Amino acid sequence: MGKLEILNLNQSFLRDDGTRLAVLENISLEVHDEEFVCILGSSGCGKTTLLRLIAGLDTAGSGRVILDGEEIRGTSPKVGMVFQEYSLFPWRSVIDNIAFGLEMRGTAKDERYRIAERYLDLVNLSQFRDSYPSELSGGMRQRVAVARALALDPVLLLMDEPFGALDAQTRNMLQQELLDIWEATKKTIVFITHSVDEAVYLSDRIVVLTPRPGRICRIFPVNLPRPRDRTSPEFAQVRREVLDLINQNCATQ
Amino acid sequence: MSIIKRRGHSIREHWLGVLAILVALIVWECYAAFIIRNSFLLPGPGDVFLAFLSLAEKGILLTDFEVSMTHFAIGLLFALLIGIPVGIAMGWNRRADEFFNPLIEILRPIPPLAWIPFAIIWFGFTPVSAGFVIFMGAVFPILINTYAGFQGVSRIFVEAGRMLGCTRTLDQIRFIAFPAALPSVVSGIRIATGVGWMCLVAAELFGVSNNGLGKDLWFYYDLHQMDCVVVYMLILGLIGLVIDMIFRYYIERHFLKWRTGEVA
Repeated sequence: MGKLEILNLNQSFLRDDGTRLAVLENISLEVHDEEFVCILGSSGCGKTTLLRLIAGLDTAGSGRVILDGEEIRGTSPKVGMVFQEYSLFPWRSVIDNIAFGLEMRGTAKDERYRIAERYLDLVNLSQFRDSYPSELSGGMRQRVAVARALALDPVLLLMDEPFGALDAQTRNMLQQELLDIWEATKKTIVFITHSVDEAVYLSDRIVVLTPRPGRICRIFPVNLPRPRDRTSPEFAQVRREVLDLINQNCATQ
Repeated sequence: MSIIKRRGHSIREHWLGVLAILVALIVWECYAAFIIRNSFLLPGPGDVFLAFLSLAEKGILLTDFEVSMTHFAIGLLFALLIGIPVGIAMGWNRRADEFFNPLIEILRPIPPLAWIPFAIIWFGFTPVSAGFVIFMGAVFPILINTYAGFQGVSRIFVEAGRMLGCTRTLDQIRFIAFPAALPSVVSGIRIATGVGWMCLVAAELFGVSNNGLGKDLWFYYDLHQMDCVVVYMLILGLIGLVIDMIFRYYIERHFLKWRTGEVA
């Protein structure tokens, strides 16, 4: 299971001059089990803030986040996260990075390497088992980060622009790999991006946020069959619809 | 990085440096033998070598080495035991930082040798007394580097750890902050060994022991045997160099593989 409910979430930050800056306003959203949802919005619209609240890294000003009927009040092994920046521990080898969560959980050494190797295999990096993150390319590092997040077998995987820093080709390749992993593992995925192309390629539904403060402008279902072809007229059509929506209704308020 | 390039030493790569040492020895010998002509004012390399042989024959050098290493070890051990935990507390916790910082800023600029009177009063003429002076020299580099290392731990590592179940403070320090800060901690220890070693001669000067490299350097000065003084000077320098090389080797082996090309 991995059913996520977000109810009336509000978040604001205290500015230096003492006034409050609203970052998220009245976010309510339901993400079904095994659904792939992209949250799309421009920089500074509160996407990352929203994801951090779902992750339990921050506490909301008001509102609730509920996963499988249980309210999220802090980080939980049921929720995995892949960060935008490189977050692998540089002092640990690839396999020890993936096994980190299992080590924290107290899994015995043999068992945790066995599990970690399975996820290493899932992201096709078996030959880099004992390498250090500094020896890997950006794309490989993010694949390891995905494996590390999956190793604890979370029901919900959160991804904060994980491919944002990669070149276009690597990015397209990793998007496909991610969909394969999603098919294989049946996780619920909430994926943040500012790329319309990425959102249309990946998601079942696209949640478009308005900038400052972030509100849900529209929830846009993507009904294209998978595997999707970026160059097809249908794909272009959906992308145009989303872009028009952003430009006409969700740009500034 | 120059450290990597320097791997694979050979006389061939270093002939200029070897040449410089040879030239210095020759100039030194000639200057001492033909111009100064007074082995009290400037003993030549030959005099020094003979002095070394006679000291080695007496077996005194090994005793000196052991005594000095004891002083050094006492000082360094306590510097580690206090510098690292306080540095961790200050780097991790803002309250601890605010609490300790002014105190440390006041104590830190006091030259270690200025503590000698209190070393004697508190610890008497014991090895601990010499160790205390070395401690005062070594503790601050360790503390400050540990502090800086812990302050510099990227928030993203701690958050990634939290998402993976590393939620207790002690676990976050042990599994995330400490390994992330370790290169800085170790380079602090390396600086501390250098400073502590420099305090050694003065720490032994006031008679905490009958032996010791620093103690006997002064002893032979009192006897006006300057060739022996030079022997001790060179031994002190050589040991300092060896200690530093051990650290450099350790740092290269353990940290370079993950620190090079690290994306901050």
